[in-house]
Amino acid sequence: MWRRGRIFVAAALILGANGAFAQEPPLPVGLGGAISSDAEASEAEATGDEEPALPAGLGRPQGGGLSDKTSKRSSRRGSDDRRSGHGPVVELAPLTGFLEGRVGPRLRGDAHQGAFSLAEARLRLETEAAFGAVALRVVGDGVFDSVVKDRTPDLETGEGAFDLRELNIVWRPTDFADLKVGRQVLTWGVGDLIFINDLFPKDFQSFFIGRDAEYLKAPSDAARLSLFNDVVNVDLVYTPRFDPDRFINGSRLSYFNPVAGVIVGRNAVLEPETPDDWFNDDEFAARAYRQVGAFEAALYGYIGYFKGPTGLNASGAFFFPRLRVYGASARGPFAGGIVTAEFGRYISADDPDGSNPAIPNGSIRYLAGFEREIAQNFTASIQYYGETRTDHAAFVAAAPPGGAAQRTRHLTTLRLTRQAFNQNLTLSLLNFWSPNEYDGHVRLRASYKVDDAWLVEGGGNFFYGPRNDALFSQLKDNTNLFVAVRRSF
Amino acid sequence: MRKLMFTLLAGAVALCGAAPVLGADSDTVQEIVNKASAAAYYRGKDGKAKVSMSIVDGRGRERSREFTIIRSDIGDEDNGDQRFYVFFNRPADVNRTAFMVWKNVDRDDDRWLYLPALDLVKRIAASDERTSFVGSHFFYEDVSGRGPTEDTHVLVEETENYFIVESTPKDPDAVEFSSYKNWIHKETFIPVKTEYYDASEDAYRTYSAVRVEVVGGYPTVMEARIEDQRIGGATTLYYNDVEYDIALPEDIFSERYLRNPPRRYLR
Repeated sequence: MWRRGRIFVAAALILGANGAFAQEPPLPVGLGGAISSDAEASEAEATGDEEPALPAGLGRPQGGGLSDKTSKRSSRRGSDDRRSGHGPVVELAPLTGFLEGRVGPRLRGDAHQGAFSLAEARLRLETEAAFGAVALRVVGDGVFDSVVKDRTPDLETGEGAFDLRELNIVWRPTDFADLKVGRQVLTWGVGDLIFINDLFPKDFQSFFIGRDAEYLKAPSDAARLSLFNDVVNVDLVYTPRFDPDRFINGSRLSYFNPVAGVIVGRNAVLEPETPDDWFNDDEFAARAYRQVGAFEAALYGYIGYFKGPTGLNASGAFFFPRLRVYGASARGPFAGGIVTAEFGRYISADDPDGSNPAIPNGSIRYLAGFEREIAQNFTASIQYYGETRTDHAAFVAAAPPGGAAQRTRHLTTLRLTRQAFNQNLTLSLLNFWSPNEYDGHVRLRASYKVDDAWLVEGGGNFFYGPRNDALFSQLKDNTNLFVAVRRSF
Repeated sequence: MRKLMFTLLAGAVALCGAAPVLGADSDTVQEIVNKASAAAYYRGKDGKAKVSMSIVDGRGRERSREFTIIRSDIGDEDNGDQRFYVFFNRPADVNRTAFMVWKNVDRDDDRWLYLPALDLVKRIAASDERTSFVGSHFFYEDVSGRGPTEDTHVLVEETENYFIVESTPKDPDAVEFSSYKNWIHKETFIPVKTEYYDASEDAYRTYSAVRVEVVGGYPTVMEARIEDQRIGGATTLYYNDVEYDIALPEDIFSERYLRNPPRRYLR
């Protein structure tokens, strides 16, 4: 039956293409105007206006008005009816990915680093297979890295010739639950590159040397159970073995070492004591969220460790102090843009009274942001972020003279994004700046989609500020530019 | 000039409270436009289509997009609130990216974008609706529909096949056109051609329905095209595997399914 419909459509297409109705908009294929050509031609003359001929498919096919001759399955490419089969079938997604080269020279001499902070070729392969309510997903990167030359894959730090980004199973056991188990990237919270309640691992090395933005998120080896209902949705994430950040350790980027009191690099690669006992050194994160009108509201909790080696123990080794966090966030439309707010209470569990200067004090962290389009294809966003010690007096009393920074660190961000040439060119500027510690970080990016497969990108990461020990200014010798070429497939 | 004449004539007719020339008063024009909007964007209670898009720029270079779009009308009400979910397959760099819109009639739309590599659910400002959708010549508004009450409509002519309606924006600062003219097919109310005019009344942008098929009882545009002389080039949209009334649960349009796509409804 649908075969006949197709023939009809084809005939209408051919007739419609004759241009017999130059004055009228042609009826589209399927409205059948093509067939009653005489009537329309005279109609067109009569009106004298540039009216479209009925497109194929509209109009009066011989034998009456519109009918459902054309089966719903008739399409340009045809289709197979997978639903007519019985039982679940394995659906294998095609292998996709990209191949890229990325090079980043340093702009300042650094005695403890090479000339490049980035020089690598990367092959991404990913696929997934679905079987009924279960889906298996694999994403991995083969890397040839000329900066850190150890080829032995380390799946925790991502260094070496292979980085496993994802290997997980998603199972939808019931209508109200999703379970995702295995290696996966996890993100929540409302900050733009500022994370308060998102305590999933980050890769700050990738972030500062000019890898693609996706590499800021390091993978977790975790189980995520999501429960959905009309009152509140809940996410529970269990990480059986602590997943630290891929933090700055000196191997790629130089940093301020508070013990040595100077900026160090490969001469002093940080090797902290990392909790790594399965099911004992674990992490637990939870989120409850729901929509409140046009706003999204969420509550968060976390039990685990500081994600960077911010503690110094009695034997002089850096370690990951225990951490508990609770917090909340909200996000929604306001004044033609999106407003965000997030809050978190960090409880430094190994330093409950805040009197140990070798362990981070507890803190309250908070942010507010606003983003809107200020012109077509031009978006601006601003954020304020603050971090206030909860036991500042105890900290100051115990800290060595001159060792206690201000109680609150203020940080602002400004992001400008401009798209041009049919959105194929994206220019972006992002500045982090602390109004009371005066350090900052500028990120410039320009990327151009040459076609559907090829992307070229360039940019720079600039660090500034007067102090050697502030968050961004300690990185100032790492200021770099980068270029990349990527072919996706 | 001819356009101006029609406008004046239609205006005069409307002022006289009768419509002897064109056989319609402003109420019926609004009805025609409402029906056209319903025919183009509200068929069935919900629906699904696989879309391939061919974007040819002013220099003849072609880019393509492939995505699946699913839609639900809240309360099955024509010209009311709607929800859309768009799941991208191609090009490779946007594979598995999902985009969700809650289209609100009485306030700005809510939009979310899910970036799978970062597991990031991003809220997007309800920006200018007349901004390119995924780099094509189609605007967001061309994909999800322009509100029938956002313009003042005048029926300028009626032919055997078409109601020809000219529309001017109630808020001219919010749009790039000064007016547009719509050829609405009388039998099906499908907009067959839409021409947008700039301040000097030159047509610079044209939408055309190229091919229509009846799907599930509803005449459906299966191929549509927009040419834009300002930016050069054209985009052609091919709708494949269109289905209506597929009993979509409303919770498909939620963060849950941004993070884990509703495979069953995307096949």
